Amino acid sequence: MHIPDGYLSPQTAGGLWAFMVPAWYWAGYKVKSTLSTKQAPLVAVGAAFAFVIMMFNVPLPGGTTGHAVGGTIIAIVIGPWAAVIAISVALVIQALFFADGGLLAIGANCFNMAFILPVSGFYTYRLLAKGAAPESPRRWIAAGAGSFVGLNLAALATAVEFGLQGDLFKAADSSALYSPYGLSTAIPAMMIPHLLVVGVIEAVVTSLIYIFLTKTNTVMLSNYDEIKAASSFKLKPLIVGLILLLVFAPLGLLATGTAWGEWGTEDIVNEIGYVPEGMANFAGRWEGILPDYAFPGSEETAAVENDNGNNVSDASTEAGANVSAADANSGEAESPEPISLEGVWQSTPAYLVSGVIGMLVVSGISVLSIRMLTRNSRKRETLG
Amino acid sequence: MADETGIPAWMTQGTGGCQCLAVGRTRRESAIKRTLSGLSRVALSSVFSEQIAARSGLLQKTDPRAKTAGLFFLLLITSLVFNLYVLLAFSVLTLVLAGASDIPLWFFIKRVWLFIPIFAGIIALPSIFNVVRPGTAFWTIWDFGGEVNIGPWSLGTSLAITYQGIEGAARLVLRVATTVSLAVLLALTTRWANLLKALRVFRVPRIFILILSMTYRYIFLLLNMSADMFTARASRMVGPSSPREDRRFVASSMGTLLGKSHALSDEVYSAMVSRGYNGEPVSTHTFRMRGLDWVWLATSVLIGVVAIGGDRLLG
Repeated sequence: MHIPDGYLSPQTAGGLWAFMVPAWYWAGYKVKSTLSTKQAPLVAVGAAFAFVIMMFNVPLPGGTTGHAVGGTIIAIVIGPWAAVIAISVALVIQALFFADGGLLAIGANCFNMAFILPVSGFYTYRLLAKGAAPESPRRWIAAGAGSFVGLNLAALATAVEFGLQGDLFKAADSSALYSPYGLSTAIPAMMIPHLLVVGVIEAVVTSLIYIFLTKTNTVMLSNYDEIKAASSFKLKPLIVGLILLLVFAPLGLLATGTAWGEWGTEDIVNEIGYVPEGMANFAGRWEGILPDYAFPGSEETAAVENDNGNNVSDASTEAGANVSAADANSGEAESPEPISLEGVWQSTPAYLVSGVIGMLVVSGISVLSIRMLTRNSRKRETLG
Repeated sequence: MADETGIPAWMTQGTGGCQCLAVGRTRRESAIKRTLSGLSRVALSSVFSEQIAARSGLLQKTDPRAKTAGLFFLLLITSLVFNLYVLLAFSVLTLVLAGASDIPLWFFIKRVWLFIPIFAGIIALPSIFNVVRPGTAFWTIWDFGGEVNIGPWSLGTSLAITYQGIEGAARLVLRVATTVSLAVLLALTTRWANLLKALRVFRVPRIFILILSMTYRYIFLLLNMSADMFTARASRMVGPSSPREDRRFVASSMGTLLGKSHALSDEVYSAMVSRGYNGEPVSTHTFRMRGLDWVWLATSVLIGVVAIGGDRLLG
């Protein structure tokens, strides 16, 4: 899966570098906050392990051998974010010192093998092993399944990167500029062997290592959980995220048209000329608290609807023929420009209130359901 | 190899073949032996590259920062150039640089110009046919005399090699070989400690460089540990073992290695703290740019600009 230089266009390679740089910083931040100064040796030795383990030949049925990547087991032991850095470091060393895998392609290789693989593998494992006892077989099955999912997602990412080259980058005479195959060839070519063979090796090896560690070194498997438990859940990033979302919420007003599939009966008339009977029966049974994200009865309601390019006409009037009051106010009755900044400012407060209410309701429901779902397990912990 | 690395030939060659125990059928080399030879190859190649880096060729004399920047720039230019002649000129340039840097040419050619075109060539081979990439026929191999369909897939009316296919494949092989050459040149002519320090210039955070350098060291320690485990196992084996057994062994040695590395990292951390480490690595070495370094940088930029210009001119 190591992509050498020359197969990917600089645009693709550069794009993945641009993704990985913040990802590395984020991973570094996460590792620092959980491991403090201990991070350097743990990650370094983890990276050396990732490097060496790729050289172990695993015997396959039929007499040939293959090798495992081991990203998921590393993530289980040292945590997903430390694994992102450790595997990246192993890949950088392979590229820089052994010319294995390209230098410009480091971003791409790290994205596939050091980001997608350990993160998706780890969270699949966590999902499947949640609540299982340390010695339960569900744990090693989850580790195997996680590594299978991780490896195949990484292979899929690689295939998509390859396939985009064939589809997007062609010379004037349609000869290939980089890797010559399109997505329709690259995806099956990459996925069939990974789903059938490579992923299976990875899963078997990961499960075997897991079983071995369960028997001989159980502490290592619960290592990351302890670190994680020590740094408790913080509400601050969540609140910051919500505030950011709120700040950007008015952007929704700039969107024109209606979201596909979210037509009201008026939109349906505009689109197809009539309202299907069943739809007409159900429409209008529930009026929202803030219909169209604006205060009811205010002029803003009309402004928003016009700015969104919708007609507020009654379903029975001819579509597109009427001009609402707000449009006449702004003096742009027949203007092709669907957005007027003035309208956006006018309708922003109502839009924001809608946003706040929505967020509060959704967050409240989420917090309540998380509490209800985890109550049992917390009880068990205190009892045990 | 013996005279290149100073390691006697008998130590680097495999024991060869007494197949006496597997009578009647030829067995492939066992996974354990293959792993052992793979492990020794890594150690060997790093010794080899450190020795090349110690020679006094053109690239070895260049400041690591200038060299890394220059080679990276050339790498970027190579992936931006489309004209086959310009790419060919770049490939020749890498050979010239290898020669000027006192790299054994046969080794370099074997590493880059034998294996890479074969691998990239195999990957690119199907793409020269019109079935995979339609285009102007260069040589029609087989005229079907009508459209042929296999299930939902259409094969078209003939099987042919296309101009576009050949051009694309040649471009891929040349580009891959050139970029690999440039990476090999950097890896072979720079001592790893210097390469790591050169990365500071590219604003790579210090903590990453510390981790990189520690990793590089511990790779060899872990290689040694693994080689010990595999040798111990191989020396106790009489006759071939079943693949199932081998798989269990390989997986448990990975597990053991993971446990050992984890314990090791704890010890290393304690050792670092007791020597005053507080999370901020300190480096003492400083580089000085000299005339040759500026000349090298200017030349690489010039070559890059000329290449891009030539590429756009030639189309």
